[in-house]
Amino acid sequence: MGNDETGAADAPEVRARPRRAPRTLFAKQIVHRAAADAVRKLDPRLVARNPVMFVVEVGSIITLLLFIRELLTGGRDLLFDGQITAWLWFTVLFANFAEAMAEGRGKAQAEALRKTKTLTMARRLTGRHEERIGATELRKGDLVVCEAGDVIPGDGEVTDGIASVDESAITGESAPVIRESGGDRDSVTGGTKVLSDRIVVRITSNPGETFIDRMIGLVEGARRQKTPNEVALTILLAGTTIIFVLAVASLVPFAAFGVRSAGVGALPSVFLLEALLVCLIPTTIGGLLSAIGIAGMDRVMQHNVLAMSGKAVEAAGDVNTLLLDKTGTITLGNRQAVELIPLPGVEVDALANAAQLSSLADETPEGRSIAVLAKERYGLRGRDLHDGNAEFVPFRAQTRMSGVNLGGSQIRKGAAEAVKRHIVELGGSVPPELDEITDRISSAGGTPLAVAVDDRALGVIYLKDIVKGGMRARFDQFRAMGIRTVMITGDNPLTAASIADEAGVDGFLAEATPEAKMALIRAEQSGGKLVAMTGDGTNDAPALAQADVGLAMNSGTQAAKEAGNMVDLDSNPTKLIEVVAIGKQLLMTRGALTTFSIANDISKYFCIIPAMFAVTYPELGAINFLRYGPGSALSTPNSAVLAAVIFNALIIIALIPIALRGVPYRPVGASALLRRNLFVYGLGGMLVPFPAIWLLDRLLVLLRLA
Amino acid sequence: MTGHGILEIVLFCLTVTALTKPLGVYMHRVFEGQPTALSRAIGPVERVIYRLLGVRESDDMRWTQYSFALLAFSAVGMLLTYVLLRLQGALPLNPRGFGGGQMPPDLAFGTAASFATNTNWQSYVPEASVSTLSNMLALTVQNWTSAAAGMAVAVAVCRGFARHGSAGIGNFWVDLIRACLYILLPICIPYALFLVWQGVPQTFAAPVVAAGLDGSRQTLLTGPVASQEAIKMLGTNGGGFFNANSAHPFENPTPLTNFVQIVSIFAIPAALTCTFGRMVGNPRQGWAIFGAMAALFLCGLAVCYQAETAGVPAVRDIRVAAFEDDAPGAGNMEGKEVRFGIAPSALFATVTTAASCGAVNSMHDSYTPLGGMVALLNILCDETVFGGVGAGLFGMLMYAIVAVFIAGLMVGRTPEYLGKKIGKYEVRMAILALLILFATAASWTALACTMPIPPSAAALNRVNGSSPALDLGGASNNVGNPGAHGFSELLYAYASQTGNNGSAFAGLTANTPYYNLTGGIAMLVGRFLMIIPLLAMSGSLARKQPTPASAGSLATDTPTFAFLLAGVVLVVGALEYFPALALGPIAENLQMLARQAF
Repeated sequence: MGNDETGAADAPEVRARPRRAPRTLFAKQIVHRAAADAVRKLDPRLVARNPVMFVVEVGSIITLLLFIRELLTGGRDLLFDGQITAWLWFTVLFANFAEAMAEGRGKAQAEALRKTKTLTMARRLTGRHEERIGATELRKGDLVVCEAGDVIPGDGEVTDGIASVDESAITGESAPVIRESGGDRDSVTGGTKVLSDRIVVRITSNPGETFIDRMIGLVEGARRQKTPNEVALTILLAGTTIIFVLAVASLVPFAAFGVRSAGVGALPSVFLLEALLVCLIPTTIGGLLSAIGIAGMDRVMQHNVLAMSGKAVEAAGDVNTLLLDKTGTITLGNRQAVELIPLPGVEVDALANAAQLSSLADETPEGRSIAVLAKERYGLRGRDLHDGNAEFVPFRAQTRMSGVNLGGSQIRKGAAEAVKRHIVELGGSVPPELDEITDRISSAGGTPLAVAVDDRALGVIYLKDIVKGGMRARFDQFRAMGIRTVMITGDNPLTAASIADEAGVDGFLAEATPEAKMALIRAEQSGGKLVAMTGDGTNDAPALAQADVGLAMNSGTQAAKEAGNMVDLDSNPTKLIEVVAIGKQLLMTRGALTTFSIANDISKYFCIIPAMFAVTYPELGAINFLRYGPGSALSTPNSAVLAAVIFNALIIIALIPIALRGVPYRPVGASALLRRNLFVYGLGGMLVPFPAIWLLDRLLVLLRLA
Repeated sequence: MTGHGILEIVLFCLTVTALTKPLGVYMHRVFEGQPTALSRAIGPVERVIYRLLGVRESDDMRWTQYSFALLAFSAVGMLLTYVLLRLQGALPLNPRGFGGGQMPPDLAFGTAASFATNTNWQSYVPEASVSTLSNMLALTVQNWTSAAAGMAVAVAVCRGFARHGSAGIGNFWVDLIRACLYILLPICIPYALFLVWQGVPQTFAAPVVAAGLDGSRQTLLTGPVASQEAIKMLGTNGGGFFNANSAHPFENPTPLTNFVQIVSIFAIPAALTCTFGRMVGNPRQGWAIFGAMAALFLCGLAVCYQAETAGVPAVRDIRVAAFEDDAPGAGNMEGKEVRFGIAPSALFATVTTAASCGAVNSMHDSYTPLGGMVALLNILCDETVFGGVGAGLFGMLMYAIVAVFIAGLMVGRTPEYLGKKIGKYEVRMAILALLILFATAASWTALACTMPIPPSAAALNRVNGSSPALDLGGASNNVGNPGAHGFSELLYAYASQTGNNGSAFAGLTANTPYYNLTGGIAMLVGRFLMIIPLLAMSGSLARKQPTPASAGSLATDTPTFAFLLAGVVLVVGALEYFPALALGPIAENLQMLARQAF
């Protein structure tokens, strides 16, 4: 006996760690595959989807052709031209590599899933006749039988029977779950395994459209569409690219004017112009953009949440209002005893003793919590009453009491009205203070249980909804993020208000019906807000569909899963919090790397432009930062340009970890985030290239590459 | 730098800031159709005009209708200007008998485009080319209407942010007429009278013939100068009655008129930020925009004033007395009026290029490379530093969309500005406007650098009215200086015209068919192809429902945002034009520091 389960042990971590966390970001296998994919992705048809990298690839092809011609006809500066050409290709390859890295983990996962799919056989029922066919031949509406040891051949609903099912293939959770016909636990997923008993399943999806198929599609990113923000950002990047193409193109006539006027120098070569162009256009963000999106989806996946689209994840970052069910999300599933309140003239120990005795045989969570409270708070030791003369009285709906008959005395606990009636029946009288105490507890949102020994009332046990530990901190975080939390509960407004207050949510919807829930979502949305909610029942489905982010529990019904745009395989409603953070991270990472990418350009101008016009306008050397510091005499125009191009290519590789992991998100409010990110990625982006390019320049000189 | 100079600058900043709120609040009431102190006097006139034009005040236009009305109105205005200029010889009020010869078709086209777009680029000598009637009916009328049209567009763009779920963005005709009647007219009348009091002529009388000190006879041209001067400054037009513009004693006679003229350039653009804040229901939003503009302005002014004060080292080396450190008037006085000195000239130059005015009281070509670069960079940043009447505000809002989009992502939300989600449509339109401005200025400059004019087409680059013997040949031969400075002249010319500034770097021989035609196109593209995407953006924004602000949304009414916005303007401008600036003013500055002579 003795239940140590406390609120704290059950509380979610403030930053839940993804269960499928990768062992390392750069696992050998993934890197190898990504390197091969990077070459395959050079196909111009694939690159064309990304305007920035497409421009780089076109430039690479041009310089390659020119370089080949130079090789054949003898060029003036083969070493330089060759290196520029090579680094332009590397720039494209590195961007492809980043994307392939992001896809790598999903691909490995998809392969594992595919294996479960292809081998499955189904036992189809036609009338009373049973036949064995391949799972892929099943159609919507077929009935199949699954017994212990069978793999369920497709998604469906249990129409008959009850079974325990191992869903680890999709959830990674090894503890079996119960699936039964009728009610909210009737949905089964193809690829999961029946452990016991026999069920009949009606198939609800055709081959190719099953949950596993969708999951494979999602983890592979095969059907990945650009999200609205990604599209807008691509437009911005494409616009910036066109501006820089024009800037570089117009530089030739500008230079022609200067050269003609000065009478010395030459027009910049195509290699130089390509080098400048590639350094200016936002290749860093252009190369990492799709990797950021894929990695974001992958992070959601690692939290065991299946998001049906990237759009849903992005919407999670924008959520204004979060609707959370009280039971299971905000509070522990059951009420717990928190206090014993004796009537006047009764020793608290006597009450504790009676309360404990009445609950010894009570295996309900409430009953156990009373025993625990008596033991821990009131110092009563656990007792063994298996000496034969104790007679346990279980709870019954008619009496609404439970207890024990021990040594001739009747010890009872139960609803106040029931206990009062019991006392009066035994000929006792109830002191008026009992009603005062029970009223007080009710109005505070608790549930009072009266305790009596024979015809004497001793006091009241205060049962309370226990708010999960750490919830208040989480809601504070939400508030800092600018998200309003609303608790949904079937309780009366009084109880709801008290729990809402204790948990620290911003609002509540009491006596909630599906209609009221729907109305609340609509009202929020009409004010321009985005709403997220969780749900599992069939009656949640309309609200899940209406919400901008609907996280359905995998344990829930098929209808709920189809209505929502995300499914939590762990069926943990607090997961929404992680999804919101990932959505925000996704947007932040794009913004931060865009800023970084554009801020980088400033330094590159300072070394490439003076190098380009070293002969025509030698005075421009004064603004070339490579001309300062040790070894400045060795720096040449060629080494300066090469250093900038190499930096531009390598920074893509260097930033892959940020793209894949995401910029850390802290719920500190928008202004603080903006200042921090502007400082790190804006100012950092401006300054970092200076020392980096300087070092590369000196290295190139030392290696005699320029 | 002198105490006097700094005092004047501080006084200037205080005056503009003090004017911003009252004028901004007033303009807000005017454009929202709320009663103002002048309603009783002007209201009946306004209603009569509506009745005559068949305009219904309540009609709300979609952005397409608004754009069409603007384009149609500007096209008709431009055509009228063109016809008046071409026919001036046959029309009255032409005391000096100018005809079509002074206004050949290419020049008349360029001038009509110039005044219809609020640019006021003048490649002709006004006192030797346009009749009094042309000045009054063609040019000054355009000064009014192009300024009012700019304000109308700015207000329409603001409405995109201010309105919720609305199909329309206001009525162009109503906005235009209100801007003229309630804002320009009540200021210009006392303003012109003030100028008359200070000595600016306002007369139809014949030129005054005076005897010079050396006994020679001098013809002093006069005319209805004050009335044109007032709207020239207030409407950020900049087209002078005289070639010397505000350096001419008849346009800008006293230090007081000089001060008032500079203030009047910034008055409406600065106040429009306040109007914007009021329209979107949060005055702080307006002040954030004001702050970003003010920060950019002060940086530019500091560099320009410092560069002009420091002067040219090679000149300093020979220790000319006037260049003694700290002596009054030290520094680069070339091209500046001795009446004004360095500080008022540097202030005027920075203000006139920051706003798209283009009036000058000193010659920008003669500035030090860095001083001139400030003027150039002001223009290259699309004149968003207060900018033209209306044009400055909607230009800055274009940058705000870009800033909000990137910064908004960095706080982890779909970017929003004033509650409106910035989606692909808004980004596309803002980038399109930005791209059009850059592409126009850069390509025309690039073309001018290399454009060969074959002998068979030599007339294309022949100065209007000159003989074929003086044909210039290639387009790049029109520059007045060699090397980096010459390049600056070309870049400045097309930047000024694309940006609808109208000030000239001078030095460039611009009155040839080639420059008049290409410049005219640059001005039209720079004005209308920038406005149309922004009106489209406004139309899309007006339809949207706002998202309520929360702790998670980007606050755009803070100093951080003002700083960010200023940074975006500067970085975008610098990134676009760094190569050009390096080959122009930066190279020239480094050559100057290296004591290189030309």
